Amino acid sequence: MNIQPKLSDIGLSSAAQHRDAFLSHLLTLATRSQPYSPWLHQLRSRAAVVVQEQWFPTTRSEEWRFTDLQELTQLTFAAPDLAIDPPEITGLTLPEAQTQLVFVNGVYVPERSQVANLPPGVAITPAGQLPRVGNLAQFEPDRLAAYLGKQPGAEELFTALNTAELAEAAVVFIPKNCVVEAPIHLLFVSTSAVPVLSQPRCLVVAEANSRVTIAEEYAGLGEGVSFTNAVTEVWLADNAEVNHTRVQRDSHTAFHIGKTAVSQARDSRYTCTAISLGAKLSRHNLEIYQTGEQTQTVLNGLTMIAGEQLSDTHSAIVLTKPHGTTRQLHKCIVDDRAHAVFNGKVFVPQAAQMTDAGQLNRNLLLSPRARVDTKPQLEIVADNVKCTHGAAVGQLDADEVFYLQSRGIDAVSARRLLISAFAYDILDRIPIASLRQSLTSNPYLS
Amino acid sequence: MINENSEVILSVRNLTAEVDGTLILRGVNLEVKAGEIHAIMGPNGSGKSTFSKVLAGHPDYDVTGGEIQFQGQNLLEIEPEERARSGVFLAFQYPLEIPGVSNLDFLRVAYNSKRKHQGLEELDAFDFDEVVQEKLEIVKMNPSFLSRSVNEGFSGGEKKRNEILQMAILEPTLAILDETDSGLDIDALKIVANGVNQLATAENATIVITHYQRLLEYIVPDYVHVMEGGRIVTTGGKELAQDLETRGYDWVLQSAEVSGR
Repeated sequence: MNIQPKLSDIGLSSAAQHRDAFLSHLLTLATRSQPYSPWLHQLRSRAAVVVQEQWFPTTRSEEWRFTDLQELTQLTFAAPDLAIDPPEITGLTLPEAQTQLVFVNGVYVPERSQVANLPPGVAITPAGQLPRVGNLAQFEPDRLAAYLGKQPGAEELFTALNTAELAEAAVVFIPKNCVVEAPIHLLFVSTSAVPVLSQPRCLVVAEANSRVTIAEEYAGLGEGVSFTNAVTEVWLADNAEVNHTRVQRDSHTAFHIGKTAVSQARDSRYTCTAISLGAKLSRHNLEIYQTGEQTQTVLNGLTMIAGEQLSDTHSAIVLTKPHGTTRQLHKCIVDDRAHAVFNGKVFVPQAAQMTDAGQLNRNLLLSPRARVDTKPQLEIVADNVKCTHGAAVGQLDADEVFYLQSRGIDAVSARRLLISAFAYDILDRIPIASLRQSLTSNPYLS
Repeated sequence: MINENSEVILSVRNLTAEVDGTLILRGVNLEVKAGEIHAIMGPNGSGKSTFSKVLAGHPDYDVTGGEIQFQGQNLLEIEPEERARSGVFLAFQYPLEIPGVSNLDFLRVAYNSKRKHQGLEELDAFDFDEVVQEKLEIVKMNPSFLSRSVNEGFSGGEKKRNEILQMAILEPTLAILDETDSGLDIDALKIVANGVNQLATAENATIVITHYQRLLEYIVPDYVHVMEGGRIVTTGGKELAQDLETRGYDWVLQSAEVSGR
């Protein structure tokens, strides 16, 4: 009997040990605080167990094939320093938003937030303070238990890691038949001299026939290294409408992994416009579950990256009932040696008859070393459906540049005009003018 | 109109050009004076469109010999945008769609780049609007086209009218219309031709490139040139277009060969 260990066993176990070490490092940070209520305690402990059972992903995993987290695992992170003075965020406020929740390194900052002007019945609060908020007559804090961590996919590693830390969350609760006209701004700022782990959490619950516009924004101040692991859960009840803009402009030294999980009941309408500009490495997992008939989903995406940035978007749309529609347009503008990844899954099972799903991914490469990996993935079982998909990768069209030149516009301006036109197509869909304008100040577009 | 004493606007001598290593223009000679309208006709593949693109400076075409003088300037030495600002305008056979750029913004940027070149003050959106409104009438264009993206979703006729609108705004010294009549019904053709005629003055010149004699009933040329094999093989008055219509290109090509070109 050969008792000599195989080399592959040694390799595997030492690698496993290393990954475990990083994961347990993160988990230790995540579970440092005490949850405020028994149900939250239960939710968190369960999530911690789920994390412990998993491996930190490598590029050998299909889901992470193009996005190498190796560099991240080399770092040691600290918990956010609660004692720091909250930074000025004047340039990041949105004039249209009468309500704004500000979190710095994942921690709620009341001094920078604005929650006074809410319509009656609307609850918006950091969940950590919920038990102490007395005027939310229609809202029992424990009702959160029905929503937090209850989306499909909650056991995915990074989602579970976020849940394991869950203490505070930006909670937006729109009661039945309530229409909130002014957008609600959820702002997550990262700023730290030492590498910090911050795990923001958002919960949006739109009850039947309600309507709300949400701007969820991640911004980096300074050039400190941060690891943001964000999770946003959106619940739309019957005939509810949510227009959601997600902007990620973390600093160029940051790591950003974000999940947006959306469940849509019948006749609901959800629009997500996701803009990814920042971070050294970013990943957005966008998951839509159409759980009722005749739901409408519109997903707009824009990635604009340069230098050595990597930005990865993985979307999954699950249609489960008849007459659902989805419209997805994801665009990437990639310069220098940057690398964009798009993976778009659409599932149309037998029950989802008479659905209409359209997906288009368009990519503009501005330099010979820029790279994009795109993969549409459609699984269609139902036979009476309309599904289209397409992916295009190209450079600026020389004939378009010449057309503009022939009208007196110089080549540099012509290129810039065409690049911005490519981006405006998506940016124009952001329903908040000031946010749209602040995004067009991007160097490519000015 | 022909006036022997007018200024020479364009002088092309022995122009040769190739694309991807294939020689297309094999020695083009042409002189255009102020006030004149020239038509260049010829069968497909004769080099008409290449000639127009070389004049405008398309980067895909390499000029291998000869010269182009435009108002005393060596046109081959300057970039396409400089040519445009100096007064060369090419109306495209296939105008491009530019989604995301509003037609009005596009026209204003183009107009201002020319004004800047002339040392004039650039116009703001408000003042420019007045300029555009006046020009819209020339091509009978609905103002709603201004707020749409450049040519996006325009019909063939609308695209061509938009080209003439750009021409009206840029007021070129030399306008080159590359198959502007192709794909147009008779009503659209009349509108486009009428626009071109309104813009033709004693100070500027127009080169109309076309495959069909039909356009020349509405834009009456002073000279008709026939191009074949990358050269202008014969030149005549407006009646030459009529002859081509009734007798076809073969006739003129044969007689050109007989006369030793």
